[in-house]
Amino acid sequence: MTDTIRVLYFASVREKVGCDAEEIELPAGVTTIAALRAHLRARGGPWAEALGESRALRAAVNQEMVPPTAAVRPGDEVAFFPPVTGG
Amino acid sequence: MKIVVQREDFDPGAEIAALARETAVGAVASFVGLVRDENEGARVGAMTLEHYPGMTEKAIRAIVGEAMRRWQVRGCTVIHRVGELKPGDRIVLVAVASAHRGDAFAACEFIMDYLKTRAPFWKKEQTAQGERWVEARASDDAAAARWQEPARKAV
Repeated sequence: MTDTIRVLYFASVREKVGCDAEEIELPAGVTTIAALRAHLRARGGPWAEALGESRALRAAVNQEMVPPTAAVRPGDEVAFFPPVTGG
Repeated sequence: MKIVVQREDFDPGAEIAALARETAVGAVASFVGLVRDENEGARVGAMTLEHYPGMTEKAIRAIVGEAMRRWQVRGCTVIHRVGELKPGDRIVLVAVASAHRGDAFAACEFIMDYLKTRAPFWKKEQTAQGERWVEARASDDAAAARWQEPARKAV
């Protein structure tokens, strides 16, 4: 069983962090969207800015929009993006 | 139910005619969204639409499914474009076929309101002052919130 997750970034988040997708090992203790966001933010620099606590961001797990309390498990596809503006 | 995300333009007349083919259909309501040449005080020369492939189609399918649960819908087509668009270009089509107009109008507006707040698309505008990501509007959240069903009472 894999202990990695795939993380995708879209729109302004993708531009700020300079990356649209990556595979990362899910660290022990990181079990929610909020915890994953804090973990990525701790990389500092553009990560701290793009995922900053004051930013209104949305997240999806396995292509379903979820709240920050949602669980993240090995094998999941997680995405971070700004509020949507289609239509 | 036809849900398509594509770069190419679409023909609203042909899409509406396709929905009207079934003789039980007495009404087709449709909405076409276009690129404006002005937004928030700036001239918009072009726009780029980004989406989350896979999730976008799933999210729209869920929204249309919810509309079909709430109203009598006999057919529905949603087409949303991505990539570079110019002022006047069509962005989105929502067309709903029903036996009667009330269901068609309501379902069409509901799908559009939910699409604007739940389907993962992002617009970036090119203006004379440079590029900028379009900010989500509180009025769109308010429009979607109108459709919330009253919470079921605890037994």
